[in-house]
Amino acid sequence: MKKVLEVDGLSKIYGKGCSQCAQLTGPDCDTNICPQCGSVVAAHDLSFDLYEGEILGIIGESGSGKSTAVKTLYFDEEPTAGSATFYDGQTKHDLFELNKAQQRHLANHRFGMVYQNPHLGLNFGISAGGNIAERLLMSGERSYSTIRARATALLTRTEVLPERMDELPKNFSGGMQQRVQIAKALAIEPPLLFLDEVTTGLDLSVQASILDLILEIQQELKTSMVVVTHDLGVIRLLAGRTMVMKYGRIIESGLTDQILEDPQHAYTQRLVASSL
Amino acid sequence: MSASVGYNFGFMDEYAKKEIRRTVLKAVAIPGYQVPYSSREMPMGRGFGTGGLQLTLSLIGVGDNLKVIDQGSDDSVNAVNLRSFIEMTCPGIDTTTSVDEANLIQSRHRIPEKPLRDDQVIVMQVPYPDPLVIVEPSEDRRKIQHGEGNYSKLLVKLYEDIVQFDEITISHRYPTCINNHYVLDPSPIPRWDVPKMHQSRALILFGAGREKKIYAVPPYSKAEPLVFDDVPFRIEDFRDEHSVRRPCARCGCTSSFLDEFIDSENGEKVYQCSDSDWCDEQLAQQGEC
Repeated sequence: MKKVLEVDGLSKIYGKGCSQCAQLTGPDCDTNICPQCGSVVAAHDLSFDLYEGEILGIIGESGSGKSTAVKTLYFDEEPTAGSATFYDGQTKHDLFELNKAQQRHLANHRFGMVYQNPHLGLNFGISAGGNIAERLLMSGERSYSTIRARATALLTRTEVLPERMDELPKNFSGGMQQRVQIAKALAIEPPLLFLDEVTTGLDLSVQASILDLILEIQQELKTSMVVVTHDLGVIRLLAGRTMVMKYGRIIESGLTDQILEDPQHAYTQRLVASSL
Repeated sequence: MSASVGYNFGFMDEYAKKEIRRTVLKAVAIPGYQVPYSSREMPMGRGFGTGGLQLTLSLIGVGDNLKVIDQGSDDSVNAVNLRSFIEMTCPGIDTTTSVDEANLIQSRHRIPEKPLRDDQVIVMQVPYPDPLVIVEPSEDRRKIQHGEGNYSKLLVKLYEDIVQFDEITISHRYPTCINNHYVLDPSPIPRWDVPKMHQSRALILFGAGREKKIYAVPPYSKAEPLVFDDVPFRIEDFRDEHSVRRPCARCGCTSSFLDEFIDSENGEKVYQCSDSDWCDEQLAQQGEC
């Protein structure tokens, strides 16, 4: 299997940080705020690999650092320590060694991100089609008719009526906004897609159809994905492998079935038990 | 006259003029890049052409021949006042209304119809120097977008225009890409004038006094209006309902940019050359025949 992403020792500390931060926080200490200096250790020493066409799930409670991990990889936040390597065909990119312009170029051309809140991923001042056009224009497409055709195809694919392409996203329901966001993220067919709580706050039937859509896309395009959620159902349906996070640490990782059927860590056991 | 007025030649002190000349050099060296400068106080409100005026005052010298245009005309109030101010503070210069005779032209909202020569410099007065301002309120982010040549947000605006109105609705200040990188705001010239910047023989300088920016289109550089590959750039269409090109009501010219106004006696629309010097020249030529 081809490796797409390799993360090694990724850490993110909000605050000035001290030498004690790592020892005094984490699941064993039951906190992620360092008692010495008051810094928040959002993520500490995360290491994982992602392979082509694979979906990796990250699950954990609010504030466990799962979103922080994804945001650093999408360059929304700067990590405190650690490295990440993105393998793009023959070339490999050391993500945190790139300068800002290179990072934005990579995010625009090779990555996709779907946020929990459509307001973060979509520009609500322009039409749904315009949002998809923006992403295509960023990657250098300059033909109006090609952009039009591509946007129509993407919206059809994500089951948004193409007739509503020229409407503003604010007129759409939450589920439709999320579909437009997915269409936008997919516009350039990125090899790597980050999904941050994509189904949270949607009703169950809409959740199910969006999860179906994500699975179909993974089958069709062989996109690698990192799925962040606090919903065990989402993990069960989507992810092949799963990492469980608490207080900024990975406390357990492995095949999803294994984690759900035979959880080892006390927290994971509680998590699985509470959902059943 | 300088002694009686009590000001230095060109109103500004020599250091101020030197700074502006240096800024101009940088602007010419980086085509289309908005170079910041310390815009000085002028004895008129910012937004009345102080950027262009400062450029003119620091470039002009004894023996230069200056033409000042406001929307194509030498007799509009802005042009008249700027011209008399420059005449007062720069003794020894000449002023003219003829494009041919002038070697320095300061203009508001128009580039003359007559092609400029490579021994001429045209200075444009600019209200809003940054074309990205309509799509991105943060100057910080605009600077990053300029640096990376990322004009996708402007192109999205064009896309939305075509979706809504079937054409691009920008009538003036059309964003134009200079030498394949920076996109500039060519000041509120009509679309008609945008192609004149492409491979222009004359140096085109832009001064924004309120926004404290100077930028340039150097001679013989590429100036391409921002468009899609399959939606070409279009200039104003002066054909009437029978698809006949309207002539100028005064000189009969059918190849110039026309102003539309209402005849005060019969209430009908009248079309006339916007460039008054061009119009006069056409009339004079007809007189000779």
